[in-house]
Amino acid sequence: MANVTLRNVRKTYPGGFEAIKGVDVDVGDGQFCVLVGPSGCGKSTLLRMVAGLETVTGGEIDIGGRIVNGIEPADRDIAMVFQNYALYPHMSVYNNMAYGLRNRGMAEADIKTRVDEAARILELTSMLERKPRQLSGGQRQRVAMGRAIVRQPKVFLFDEPLSNLDAKLRIAMRVEIRKLQRRLNTTSIYVTHDQLEAMTLADILVVMNGGQVEQVGNPLAIYEKPATTFVASFIGAPPMNLMSTRPEEIRSQLAGNAAADAGILGIRPEDFVITDQTPDGGVALPLTVEAIERVGAETFVYGSREQEEQRVAATPGELPPGEIIVRIPGTEAPAIGAKIRVAAVRQKLHLFSSDGRTRIEV
Amino acid sequence: MVEEEGFRRYIAHIILWIGIAIVAFPVYLAFVASTQDNAVIANGQMSLLPGGHFLETYYQTIFVGTSGSTREPVGNMMLNSLVMALLIAVGKIAISIISAYAIVYFRFPFRMALFWLIFITLMLPVEVRIYPTYKIVADLHMLDSYAGLSLPLIASATATLLFRQFFMTVPDELLEASRIDGAGPFRFFWDTLLPLSRTNMAALFVILFILGWNQYLWPLLITTRDDMQTIQIGIRKMITTTDALTEWPIVMATAVLAMLPPVFVVVVMQKLFVRGLVETEK
Repeated sequence: MANVTLRNVRKTYPGGFEAIKGVDVDVGDGQFCVLVGPSGCGKSTLLRMVAGLETVTGGEIDIGGRIVNGIEPADRDIAMVFQNYALYPHMSVYNNMAYGLRNRGMAEADIKTRVDEAARILELTSMLERKPRQLSGGQRQRVAMGRAIVRQPKVFLFDEPLSNLDAKLRIAMRVEIRKLQRRLNTTSIYVTHDQLEAMTLADILVVMNGGQVEQVGNPLAIYEKPATTFVASFIGAPPMNLMSTRPEEIRSQLAGNAAADAGILGIRPEDFVITDQTPDGGVALPLTVEAIERVGAETFVYGSREQEEQRVAATPGELPPGEIIVRIPGTEAPAIGAKIRVAAVRQKLHLFSSDGRTRIEV
Repeated sequence: MVEEEGFRRYIAHIILWIGIAIVAFPVYLAFVASTQDNAVIANGQMSLLPGGHFLETYYQTIFVGTSGSTREPVGNMMLNSLVMALLIAVGKIAISIISAYAIVYFRFPFRMALFWLIFITLMLPVEVRIYPTYKIVADLHMLDSYAGLSLPLIASATATLLFRQFFMTVPDELLEASRIDGAGPFRFFWDTLLPLSRTNMAALFVILFILGWNQYLWPLLITTRDDMQTIQIGIRKMITTTDALTEWPIVMATAVLAMLPPVFVVVVMQKLFVRGLVETEK
């Protein structure tokens, strides 16, 4: 059981490239922390620094009250699950799990107890004698988890463990990982680029971009109050609609909102309703329906605004200028080419400064 | 369509059989000659069927040797060849897998320079560096010894390159998982890399064993004593006789015997050998 604290952690590669530009995160005992961000944002590098597989060039990493900067991975009391599982191909499932314990000089009887217990939890008991190549992707994944569990470490580290699985299995394994973590109550750090995985797993969500932390907090709090336009468009699918407040159409509607210095307005697709009324203090937009996607429970409407406008700088998942996504119940579907009017209430508006770096409370 | 398929298959099989006949006939002839009486062969009246001197000739070949040119029993020559070939094959694999491990997994100064140095030695076969090598071996008093026969041939750029290429395909995560599992460099090498290289080692062993077994120039230079000569040298010496009839049955028996160990190695290790050359799964 342990806290993991990162204090101003930095990583600069010999070539001068700064991969991590000072990260502060505090993961409490038994908490599940998810690092999420687009490719190349440094989330995997950060995890590997916690694991000890990458050197730390600045700041401190503290696991359970001990600064581990210069300590070998094996002595940090962590266990890691890799994206490609990294099982030893020539060893049986049993030996894959037992290897780390043997290297620690644990008695064979104790090893057997631990491996059997892990195999029981993960439903691998009947496969202990098999080789990894005889297992399916999901089973290999479970062996990789088993290898981490038998160590009984202070911290679990997961590096995109589900990205090699198909969609259905990914959801099943996601739930399994969460249940397992709750049951073992082991502090965990989990890296993913999938915002849905991040939302569902995390106690603490860390949204990263360009080697920096954009926002840290409870996933729902982040969803409700994204601190920057990056977070706003990264968390939530489809992404939040972001638009400039410069056009007169929007400016006039925001007039009463004490948002004089706001440059960007964001509204989530699910916060729009198709209506002729304008809620008090809210925003209404006339749209022409360009395309619709009916996925059963809900319908996504892709509409274009009447007037072209300057595009707001926000990555990723950015919409073409003037395009708005609206999410409505699956029972409805406006015709393509139809003129509709969508509106969102005041509480659902997100306002940001023009550079997108600061949130302005409505 | 079906008929044509059948026809084509016959053609293919006929061609294959012709190929086999071309390769196998001389071998068969050597075997037949080894079972005939020397006088019959000398007369040019050799039959194409095995004669009645099989046991007698092979007994004499293995345990006594020719009565003229070399008085060394071929059994002893085979032992010399076997020791040399094994030392070369095992030595080459051991040295090259260790150097490949160093080059791929360790960061040390002049790593790439060393790698290229090893690479460049590919251009220097034994024949090119034979004088300096001979001088060194002679100065170290290793003439007429197993060490002298095998040591100079043990360094292998080819095998080092092969292992290097293989190691580079092993996922980095395996090394990282080992580090987290508390396995140091030696453990990782022994517990993970060596077992994974098994098929590669087997394939190399087959190739290198045959290479070692067939060495001619080097053993010819550095062995002078009869009891240190290898079978390849022995055959050559048996054929040149100055004032007596070449003992063809014994020469042929020696040739047949010289073929057996490589054939044995290939047959035994065939499965691993093929897997080692084609396997990509990790």
